[in-house]
Amino acid sequence: MNPLLILPILIPLVTAILALLFREARNVQRALSLLGALGLFGASAGLMFDVRRNGIQAAQVGNWPAPYGITLVADLFGAIMVLLAGIIAMAVVTYSLVSVDAKREEFGYHSLIHFLLMGVCGSFLTGDLFNLYVWFEVMLMGSFVLMALGGERGQMEGAIKYVTLNLLSSAMFLSALGLLYAMAGTLNMADLADKFSDISASQPYGVVTTLAMLFMVAFGIKAAVFPLFFWLPASYHTPPAAISALFAGLLTKVGVYALIRVFTLIFVQDAGFTHNLILIIAGLTMVSGVLGAVAQKEFRRVLSFHIVSQIGYMIMGLGLFTPLALAGSVFYIAHHIIVKTNLFLISGAVEKLGRTPVLKKLGGLYQAQPMLAILFLVPAMSLAGLPPLSGFFAKLSLARAGLETGQYIIVSIMLGVSLLTLFSMLKLWNEAFWKPLPASAIGSGGAAGMGNLHTWLISVAFLAAITVLIGIGAGSFFSIALLAGEQLMNPQDYIQAVLGGAR
Amino acid sequence: MEIVLAFVIGGLFAASVYMLLRRSLVKLLIGLALLSHSANLLIFTSVKLTRGSPPVIGMNATALREPFADPLPQALILTAIVISFGVMAFALALAFRAYRSVGTDDLDRMKSTDD
Amino acid sequence: MTSLILRTTARYLMPLLLIFSVFLFLRGHNQPGGGFAAGLVAAAPFALYSIAFGAVKARHVLQVRPRYLIVTGLLASVVSGAIGMSVGKPFLTGIWGYLYLPGSGKLEIGTPILFDLGVYLVVIGVSLSIIFALEEAE
Repeated sequence: MNPLLILPILIPLVTAILALLFREARNVQRALSLLGALGLFGASAGLMFDVRRNGIQAAQVGNWPAPYGITLVADLFGAIMVLLAGIIAMAVVTYSLVSVDAKREEFGYHSLIHFLLMGVCGSFLTGDLFNLYVWFEVMLMGSFVLMALGGERGQMEGAIKYVTLNLLSSAMFLSALGLLYAMAGTLNMADLADKFSDISASQPYGVVTTLAMLFMVAFGIKAAVFPLFFWLPASYHTPPAAISALFAGLLTKVGVYALIRVFTLIFVQDAGFTHNLILIIAGLTMVSGVLGAVAQKEFRRVLSFHIVSQIGYMIMGLGLFTPLALAGSVFYIAHHIIVKTNLFLISGAVEKLGRTPVLKKLGGLYQAQPMLAILFLVPAMSLAGLPPLSGFFAKLSLARAGLETGQYIIVSIMLGVSLLTLFSMLKLWNEAFWKPLPASAIGSGGAAGMGNLHTWLISVAFLAAITVLIGIGAGSFFSIALLAGEQLMNPQDYIQAVLGGAR
Repeated sequence: MEIVLAFVIGGLFAASVYMLLRRSLVKLLIGLALLSHSANLLIFTSVKLTRGSPPVIGMNATALREPFADPLPQALILTAIVISFGVMAFALALAFRAYRSVGTDDLDRMKSTDD
Repeated sequence: MTSLILRTTARYLMPLLLIFSVFLFLRGHNQPGGGFAAGLVAAAPFALYSIAFGAVKARHVLQVRPRYLIVTGLLASVVSGAIGMSVGKPFLTGIWGYLYLPGSGKLEIGTPILFDLGVYLVVIGVSLSIIFALEEAE
């Protein structure tokens, strides 16, 4: 067994246990958390190199052979996602050290973060649908507690909506699993792909497509696609910035990952219907998200709606269903996770400085903190898709894939939404950074009474540097994404790696 | 027997959705509990109810004796029950805290962050 | 709550339920039972005790903090998985050995029992920390 496959799950688990043990010793807990995040990053980078060099890696936990035991698989797509989780873990933990209050830390904040990361990495690495459900729940439990931690009124309200809708989606996922098992007799993804590749001959599409729709709704709620996204803007702005940055970066992307995995590996028989539906949903998600953002008046609420809008782009690649389009999706996910986490981290600094999330009462931050303002521009412009930042290349590849397949409508929607995103980012820039501090806010502390921000900016600068790096080295990053896209389109290698001689 | 259980599951799902759509926080929790039960029951039923021997190959046998019950769905349900136990315990605590900090169990009044 | 009946039952049920939980735990090796069910049964008397006498006294009776139970349990499970890895098998592979007891023959013992013990402790720890926290918030 390749130990690199289990390490991204074990390292957060052990870190979480030890952090829980040393809950009262705040400094020990913080050191452990940082060490754990570094370890996770190291292990995920190792896994990435291994998969890049030696192809798809698979392992059977507990030594039971493939369709029966618990399978861990890492193809390029999975490895990229784990690596991104490692990067985000480092950034968020570093940022938490300066931004999260002692009360939350004593309640086990760091321990929860690592439980959450374990769930996220487990979801990316598992090769079994029921295990995916279990990892989802691990991740959700961590996120539920983090969402409610601190017990402020707004947080409680957000948490109830978040918990209810996520449990609804879990129940739907579970029902779909039961029906799928009744039909196919297996829940191992590679085995399912193998069985379903010739199911079309013997059985009508009907049942399979119905199941596919159940999975689409279940994962769609997690991924926050149109029209299932309402929990996201209702809850993501309530917890402290470090927590919402972690959620914004990783949680919805686990839903997107599950959608892409299931709809490239298992449900591909009726692509004319399912993938076109995904494409339509993608368009609607983009538009509704960005229009929602335009109407918002708070920093983080604007960003929350932009998550929804960006999910549309990721799903769009899946809907187009060509290697280039999937590569575009993978590239887009990578770009988005880094940029969006960064924007949420910046929003934390902005709210700390301005002491309010309301855009109208913010202002003058460029004058007071030019460094923060410039670091805001990097991810913001990348999100809008300005060259030479990462977002430009992500959108370029998706647009090219769309034009190649003749889907002109979705490409034009996408470009229009990009413009609106740019407008929205400029609104944030104008309101929070550029315009002078409104007179009403000067008395209440405002931008004047701010201390040293350098410690806050380490993670922000780290993520901004990665954004620029992806932009500059877009060619080589994209070639990896293209390989991942080709692996997704040809599931034979994946099936072979998991089942091996067992077929 | 499957037909009867199918109706039971349908009824449970309907009841849980009805409860989820109420305005009261407590009814929301009941709805969530019913929802996980109905999903578990659905798994249980969808794999057909077999009255047979346990899926264990005996000491002197080489193959399973037909008909045997499929053990996997029950393992799945067991896992799902454990998970829903943890989640429901958390949801109850959350609802209690939310009731404390908001001072009402009316979901329509829990939207101070929505405007 | 200060009902005499509840207080008396809470006290007398505790040893019975704890013994029953050990029985369930050991029975789970080959028959229905096991760490999860046994853990719930073991947590029940402490929950009852905290309802009858309050969380402070229940914590005192439990002696260890629920959090340490969770930590020990999780560590036991991780170790039971790592034992398989340390002999070159995949994570969580069951490794079995035999314990020769004088007078009663050999006893089959393996890493799954350690894993189950971990589950047992985690279940007690988690359920009691939630129950105590709620009890104290009243």
